[in-house]
Amino acid sequence: MSLIELTNVHAGYGGAPILNGINLSIEASDIAVIVGPNGAGKSTTLKAIFGLLKVTQGTIRFAGEDITNAEPDALVPKGLGLVPQEFNVFTSMSVEENLEMGAYIRRDDFSATMGSIYEMFPPLAERRRQKAGELSGGQRQMVAMGRALMSEPKLLLLDEPSAGLSPRYMLEVFEQVMRINRAGVGILMVEQNARQALGFATKGFVLANGENRFAGTGRELLDNPDVARAFLGG
Amino acid sequence: MDDFIFFINKALVSGAVLGSIYALGAIGVTLIFGILRFAHFAHGDVMTLGGFVAYGLALVAASLGISTFWPTGFIVLPLAIPITAAFALGIDRTVYQPLRARGARPVTLLIASIGVTLMIQGLIRLVAGTGVYSFFDTEPKELIRIPTEWMGGSRPINLTEPQLLMVIVTVLAVVALHFFLTGSRLGKGMRAMADNADLAQISGINTRHVIRATWVIAGGLACLAGTMLALDVSLKPDLAFNIVLPIFAAAIVGGLGHAYGAIAGGFLVGFAETLAVFNWSVVLRPFKDSIPFEVPADLYIVPTEYKLTVAFVILVIVLLARPTGIFKGAST
Repeated sequence: MSLIELTNVHAGYGGAPILNGINLSIEASDIAVIVGPNGAGKSTTLKAIFGLLKVTQGTIRFAGEDITNAEPDALVPKGLGLVPQEFNVFTSMSVEENLEMGAYIRRDDFSATMGSIYEMFPPLAERRRQKAGELSGGQRQMVAMGRALMSEPKLLLLDEPSAGLSPRYMLEVFEQVMRINRAGVGILMVEQNARQALGFATKGFVLANGENRFAGTGRELLDNPDVARAFLGG
Repeated sequence: MDDFIFFINKALVSGAVLGSIYALGAIGVTLIFGILRFAHFAHGDVMTLGGFVAYGLALVAASLGISTFWPTGFIVLPLAIPITAAFALGIDRTVYQPLRARGARPVTLLIASIGVTLMIQGLIRLVAGTGVYSFFDTEPKELIRIPTEWMGGSRPINLTEPQLLMVIVTVLAVVALHFFLTGSRLGKGMRAMADNADLAQISGINTRHVIRATWVIAGGLACLAGTMLALDVSLKPDLAFNIVLPIFAAAIVGGLGHAYGAIAGGFLVGFAETLAVFNWSVVLRPFKDSIPFEVPADLYIVPTEYKLTVAFVILVIVLLARPTGIFKGAST
């Protein structure tokens, strides 16, 4: 049984559909990367999984359970986490409060989880009392990822985690993604920096016009001349 | 010195009382705006309703022969507050929630709240009539006199028992709200939702639950403010409707969506209104020899009839200097 499985998913914001039959499945051990041109429906796929827009056709199953069109806040206790690309921190709240909000569904003691996140992102530990809105872009991305990890998800959805970051920060983010995956969390991420991301992905999906075009391991997609020519800039 | 005591009695006491009422109302307005992103125009009428609920309960208490050291209108608050909160929750369930479920825009919700204004006022007139009522028909309004001989005055500082209770209760409510918003899980969830509603939901915060909590708090504070206002003056069906505009001005001045801003804005507008209609010639009279011009008998910044404009002058001045309010509030 796959951790998450999308079967022929169609979705949109009410107007013209954006997803026209997406199929993908991911195991807990996977780092899966979705690549494709702008407007292909990459971010929309993540939003459809998380119940942020209406799925009009097809099913989404998480650990065998049908979660199509579930309320976003009901998905977090099931083990899903999402890091949106933009507006992904509570700017008026402190770093620590952001992490607490990530653990909102947890009634147990989450101080150990918080400790491990400060360990993973040392700059956050120094700034725990500072408002998230005052942090740099890279530090905000750390807060956003930390917040999503506080609920101890089984599957983490990341929407362009390296967007707007310097190359140094980008590599750091990718390293953390691999580390999170090694700890047993499945990863599904959308990435603009397709070549770097496919380099460490165990699975890759190429989307165009709201449909799957190619699927394979990251290596296979990088070595596929059609993919390289059409989607990876030659 | 007695002129200074006159200033305390007429300006500071009145300003603190008016500021308390504005602050309690503005907190509700600002919380609802922060969570639901619309201006709840009917908030003044929820306050009036709260006052009438307390009045009804006070009548029941009087008929049962319950009489205490404290004003009866104050004693019934622990019962009146949950009733008004439940009513506010009911308004949301029957009016605003169905609109939100259909994706109504904030302006639609604003228009709906004007409808709610008319409905609440109609309901009050239907049940209680159009008359003016006083909590103190059956019991005296106690006057508290603070002697001022120690500071060289001959006249006491006067304030009524309801006025003193009002300021104390406002301070307690504000402190309780502070600890709720910064210390409790639900309070932090409320701040998170006001900050970024989508991200709050993505984090697993049950936003429907937060919305309910917001109405309970806003409705409860509205009952407190409405009852206090009725205890200070008198009760009539359009009691708080008449002050809904300065309450909105207070919320905007403080920074919409910002609870502390609403408190600051409430007291700022309350004091500004009171000081603007205060007769300054009384305070200036002792210095009349050193003032080059003749002090007239009446010297107001604005005449009493124009008191309402003061809130908007403050609003314009503050927004020119800080477009999002004293505290950085939401601009949309």
